Amino acid sequence: MNARAELPLHAPGTTTDRGYIGKSEPRANAKRLLQGRGTYVDDMRFPRLAHAVFFRSPHAHAKLTRLDLSKAATQPGVIAAFDGRAVAEHCTPWVAVLGHLKGIKSPPQHAIAIGRACWQGEAVAVIVAETRVQAEDALALIEADWEELPVVTDMEAALAGKVLIHPELGDNICFSRELVTAGFNEAWSKADVVVEQTYEFGRHTGVTMEGRSILADYNVAEHSLTVYHSTQAPHMMQDIFSRHLNIPESNVRVICKDVGGSFGIKVHVYPDEMATAALSVMLRRPVKFVADRLESFLTDIHAREHKATVRLACTKEGEILAFDLEDLTAIGPYSVYPRTSGIEGNQVVNLTGGPYRHKQYRAKLNVVFTNKNVTCQYRAVGHPIAVALTEAIVDLAAQKIGMDPAEFRRRNIIPDDAYPYTAPSGIKFEKLSHQQTLEKLLTLMDYDTLRAEQVDLRRQGIHRGIGLAAMIEVTNPSPAFYGVGGARISAQDGATLRLDPAGMVYVTCSVTEQGQGTEGIFGQIAASVVGVSMDKVRVATGDTGTMPYGGGTWASRGAGIGGEAVLQAGKALRSNILDVAAAILNEDKAKLDIVNNEVTDKLSGASKLTLAELGRVAYFRPDTLPMKFQSELTVTRHYTPREYGFVFTNGIQASLVEVDTETGFVKLLKHWCVEDCGTVINPMLVDEQIRGGVVQGIGAALFEHCLYDEHGQLLNGNMADYLVPMSGEMPDIIVGHVETPTKTSELGAKGAGEAGTAGAPGAVMNAINDALAPFKAYVSNQPATPERILRALGKV
Amino acid sequence: MNHDIETTITVNGKPVTRRIAPRTHLIDFLRDELGLTGSHIGCEHGVCGACTIRLDDKIVRGCLTLAVQANGRRVDTIEGLSDSGELAAIQKAFHERNALQCGFCTPGMLMAAQDLLLHKPDATREEIREHISGNYCRCTGYQAIVDAIEIVLTQNRAGRKSQVTA
Repeated sequence: MNARAELPLHAPGTTTDRGYIGKSEPRANAKRLLQGRGTYVDDMRFPRLAHAVFFRSPHAHAKLTRLDLSKAATQPGVIAAFDGRAVAEHCTPWVAVLGHLKGIKSPPQHAIAIGRACWQGEAVAVIVAETRVQAEDALALIEADWEELPVVTDMEAALAGKVLIHPELGDNICFSRELVTAGFNEAWSKADVVVEQTYEFGRHTGVTMEGRSILADYNVAEHSLTVYHSTQAPHMMQDIFSRHLNIPESNVRVICKDVGGSFGIKVHVYPDEMATAALSVMLRRPVKFVADRLESFLTDIHAREHKATVRLACTKEGEILAFDLEDLTAIGPYSVYPRTSGIEGNQVVNLTGGPYRHKQYRAKLNVVFTNKNVTCQYRAVGHPIAVALTEAIVDLAAQKIGMDPAEFRRRNIIPDDAYPYTAPSGIKFEKLSHQQTLEKLLTLMDYDTLRAEQVDLRRQGIHRGIGLAAMIEVTNPSPAFYGVGGARISAQDGATLRLDPAGMVYVTCSVTEQGQGTEGIFGQIAASVVGVSMDKVRVATGDTGTMPYGGGTWASRGAGIGGEAVLQAGKALRSNILDVAAAILNEDKAKLDIVNNEVTDKLSGASKLTLAELGRVAYFRPDTLPMKFQSELTVTRHYTPREYGFVFTNGIQASLVEVDTETGFVKLLKHWCVEDCGTVINPMLVDEQIRGGVVQGIGAALFEHCLYDEHGQLLNGNMADYLVPMSGEMPDIIVGHVETPTKTSELGAKGAGEAGTAGAPGAVMNAINDALAPFKAYVSNQPATPERILRALGKV
Repeated sequence: MNHDIETTITVNGKPVTRRIAPRTHLIDFLRDELGLTGSHIGCEHGVCGACTIRLDDKIVRGCLTLAVQANGRRVDTIEGLSDSGELAAIQKAFHERNALQCGFCTPGMLMAAQDLLLHKPDATREEIREHISGNYCRCTGYQAIVDAIEIVLTQNRAGRKSQVTA
């Protein structure tokens, strides 16, 4: 067991109590949600609120030859109807490229498309009315004529480029990258065994429970814009609204109240949301847009869609020498602003082979445009693909040399004493624990017993499979992720702590909450560091007008970066409180401590002064303090991870499935995840977040797929036809931890939000193929539907 | 031409009368007309369960029920059942077990959970999973929700037993 991070909870020599760190405290801010008293964007009621509804292209690629809004504009309750040109006068277009993704290209994109639609669902007009019902009624009276254009839906056709989606770009390639290590060819030629397989991953999407929502309120007298937004990154959006609507940044305020799930879906710029903000400016009144579920499927970013061939070279003793990857991924007609759609493929290149100690690597990536909805960063960005490719080919290699897959991994994972370590793809690891997590997993699941049981059951015609998937995860990203490429996305975050007169600690932080429990853990850190009980802490996030500047919530950065900012601010506040106490008591600060809401004598532990009494004196009777003394009971501190590009974490998952070889159905019997996110601040929150991530990964592996036909029409864009995991099919998920605190911060926390989603698809696919092995059947496409399994078995 | 129909519904114990357009869904009526925004709209086609409310003694989808269909009937929402204390035990269990993250599905999930507690007091873990399979949660992975419901079922069974013994 690793030593936990020691926190400066109390002055040296007194106690090393970690306070609330490591405790499963329920989240105070969850109580309102349990009573239906949260405030999601669609719950807000404003005077003169207008509702926007978009007219969207029914075609995947078509020229808009005629658009007549006149009938719609005169319907009851309709305030205005606009096309793309009208909105473009108030909102400038954007181009989603970044400097560090060399050669990436994308055409300008408008808030409302002008003259041409490039995917089914792209908005070409908008109706604004007093009620949503009126706007939707008017929508049916918009007249449009279309001239259909050639559609590119197939990735390989896109790459071949016979038909160009954006002729001005010269080809359909958004971004490409090649990488080869110096000794690759030599190592490859020495291999005893080479395995190769091509895998396909379907498109899926986030399906947040709350649809994308925005309420923009422009005040013409102040030339100010307040935006209530279901977003993960309020400061990023403040900057974007400012620049594209030409309003000074300080006049734009973005407020996130409760956010009904995000998972990366709500960290991007959406044209209809930009249009809604522009409409508020144009109409000088509050305007709201909430995507309905059908719009969500057509316009929320999709993700994945890869076709990749991976090869592995090893010795006959089972030493991995090299990985070789060729990945093709399609992103729709535009790279998504401002993070770009090149990151997913780039991550696959960076992460493939990540847990292993091979020295050689070759990779080739092409990211292409197609006439489907756009894709971009969704939970675990690239990780599920890289993990599934790596772990599937590792299993095939183990099978080929006749070695147990757990033993093959044991021989090849990077040893725990090898750090710091640089992988052949160039990524750097501070300190990982692959050996510990592997052994802990095998013990937790009782691997050997399961293997023996599997053999017995096979004799009875029951086909169970066990799948393993080791993983690494990008967390706590430094400015190297976006900032160096020119994106105005903050890599640093800030926290403000204030001791109020009643002895309460009020915490605000630039990292936002979407249900992960960030506010809860910030409360735990603040209470622990200052020395107060949890009931004396209040936490708020999500308001650019009142909170420190920062990046928000994405890339598993909330606990590691925001948490460290809270910790540092807590230390400073604690010191300032002790200054006040020393002044009141006329004692030496060094002899005082803060324990359980009171200033105490450090040696005897005797109570000297409650924080409520200290607050009273500091705020209302400072006249009783020494003349030159000024109390400072509000402090702000910031934190930026700098030493590594990312603070990587690691973990390993296992899936146990039973495949019905007659129907092709997969029953998930159990799932395990052992991961290392450094200091665990609240085990209950981490565990359930990992479980939620695992279930999203299971969805990708078995159910979720945005199905398009050859005309670029989405065939299953509703919740009845697009299958998501429901409780009945989900297994119990066992979660275990190894704690290797990062030394890049005092808190030692790394991210945990994406581990579940990163590893589950690989583990489940390996489990299915393990179950199918006696039939020489193999599934290489995700989702692994019953039909695909039956095809693999040759039964249909 | 106005086809609105005068409708009286007992909402959270209080009768309300409004003229309602026949096409208005019950969930829209509750949220937009009465300001009861605790029940959420997730899919508007009856799949996700976020709008689950109680109509007389049965849970229904607020997006598949017309408001006029509730005429003369009783509707209970998360707000009403929170104030009456009926949901207190299951809310406490959800809180302590962190059986919610973003909270958007939670009011509907609690309605489904309470329905099970009332009508299937001896439900097994598998039956719990089955019963809430019409309620989509994207955040939790469901396990904490199942745990929380199981905790209350066990408490209730213990309570019944001690009542019998007494």
